[in-house]
Amino acid sequence: MASSIPASAPADVVLPAAAMPARARRRRRPWLVLLGVGFVGVLVLVAAAAPLLAPQDPIRQSLRGRLAAPTWVGSDGRAHALGTDHLGRDVLSRVIYGSRVSLVIGFAAVLVGGVLGSTAGLVAGFSRGRLDGIIMTLADAQLAFPFILLAIGIIAVLGPSFPTLVVVIGLSGWVSYARILRSQVLVLRSREFVESIHALGGSLARIVLRHVLPNVLSSIVVIATLELARAIVLEATISFLGLGIQPPTPSWGGMVQEGREYLDSAWWISTFPGIVLMMTSIVVSRTGDWLRDVLDPTLRGE
Amino acid sequence: MRGFIPFLGHRLLRALIALWLVSTVVFVVMRLSGDPVPLLLPPDAPHSEIMRVRRELGLDKPLPAQYVIFLANLARGDFGRSIHFREPAFDVVRGYLAATLELGLSAFFLAAVVAVPIGLFSAMRRNTLVDHAAMGLALVGQSAPTFFLGILFILLLSLKADLFPTSGRGDWRNLVLPALTLGAFTMASIARLTRSAVLEVLGADYIRTARAKGVSEVWVVAKHTLKNAAIPIVTITGLQFGTLLGGAVVTETVFSWPGIGRLAVQSIYNRDYAVVQCTVFLAALMFVVINFFVDLIYGVLDPRIRAG
Repeated sequence: MASSIPASAPADVVLPAAAMPARARRRRRPWLVLLGVGFVGVLVLVAAAAPLLAPQDPIRQSLRGRLAAPTWVGSDGRAHALGTDHLGRDVLSRVIYGSRVSLVIGFAAVLVGGVLGSTAGLVAGFSRGRLDGIIMTLADAQLAFPFILLAIGIIAVLGPSFPTLVVVIGLSGWVSYARILRSQVLVLRSREFVESIHALGGSLARIVLRHVLPNVLSSIVVIATLELARAIVLEATISFLGLGIQPPTPSWGGMVQEGREYLDSAWWISTFPGIVLMMTSIVVSRTGDWLRDVLDPTLRGE
Repeated sequence: MRGFIPFLGHRLLRALIALWLVSTVVFVVMRLSGDPVPLLLPPDAPHSEIMRVRRELGLDKPLPAQYVIFLANLARGDFGRSIHFREPAFDVVRGYLAATLELGLSAFFLAAVVAVPIGLFSAMRRNTLVDHAAMGLALVGQSAPTFFLGILFILLLSLKADLFPTSGRGDWRNLVLPALTLGAFTMASIARLTRSAVLEVLGADYIRTARAKGVSEVWVVAKHTLKNAAIPIVTITGLQFGTLLGGAVVTETVFSWPGIGRLAVQSIYNRDYAVVQCTVFLAALMFVVINFFVDLIYGVLDPRIRAG
């Protein structure tokens, strides 16, 4: 076979069968997952310890110290490592406090979407028939919809409060849980061990709680991680559009919006919270990918 | 083609149901949002005047009646009158549609034209520095928040480098940054998917057979690899077009692009029901139509789907 290989082709392209196991091995990188989880852990600590870590009060304004570039000794005699915004507030302190909004809403929304979507997926998978059809049509409809418009609409109607944001962002994410769990349940319910329990008189609740849930738990964890990244970005986007947690409470998306007008003269107001947001989104979604490779390689491509 | 027509029919039915659900949700949400009439009239307008406007807009009828009228009008392509622009909602939206289509199509083609060769190249040169760099960039593109990408582009390429204007619609220079922002996610997804689809195909037996027969490498890629890798690429591409429509809302707001996404956001603030309904309905319709065609292209690319 080697004789037919064009000289220019790299060997690993030509010998995929031999290259595959190595690739599969390299994909399972638990230490990367630990790194990602560590990043989120640090973020949670920062959010929890914000009052201790933030050098200044995030909503204290200072007319004299407005739009100060990043400096160790500002005109007010304080350090502003990331500068100050148009109201003279310390950007670093606001970024630190802003992690609270992102994380609390992110985690709460993932919880709402996860419970709702997993339930819908389990119900659809077990009921099949009409209920399954209704749930999956709802999922299709939601995917056919520019969801951000619905989110803006609902929040504009109900007012931008914490519970509204959590429910709306949570609702935006139920479909991925429902679809994947449904397909897994369809496979599981035809497996012998589930059928035997059924034959032995095990109730449906018992089958779901004792036998199906543990089997799909790793999928739920993977989706939840990917959804956390999405929820954090969606919250920031809604805040950027002015419908998130309202000022003066700092949020990353809101800070990017506030700094927009000063982009030319004071780039740091928008850039720093944006970079932190982007890093969070990248690390969390990558962690989801790595988790998937480690926990559940069958999920790839869904 | 037996089996393919019922398959399409089934998809069409689901698409219609999805459209109906979308319009119903919009109706409910917009009607929950409160009375738009006080926004239209001066604060000291007499009660009789308020009632007259309410009657004129059909807001005095009970909600179920409003809903039936709404659906009947929708079926006729009548989206009602915009209370803000004081003309039929569809005419208003039509005026903004061209800008969104221009932006959406540019973003889409930019993404496809850039991403497919990158993905292909990455797959052919797997695990080289170029591959790692391209895929690393793709990951950033896939996870970066759209609005911040837009802000970064404005800051770096517009304000600092002074290459492109910061906002508005005009010649091609105005189009570059919004199209790049809107297309970033799609570009990244298509590049990653192309790479993995090509890798998958490169491992297939018939590729080895083709090589064993002495088929040239260029031909192997062009004829055997790309054609078979095209199926997943077309799928994701069709779905991506829908995400583009959602992303247009944010991109148009960041770049003050006069399209239907920005119009929709402003209409929500104005409580201009008719315009919101019309934009959302059109967006959903476009998504449904595009995916219908994606299903059609499937059938052409992969005869197995026609049978199943």
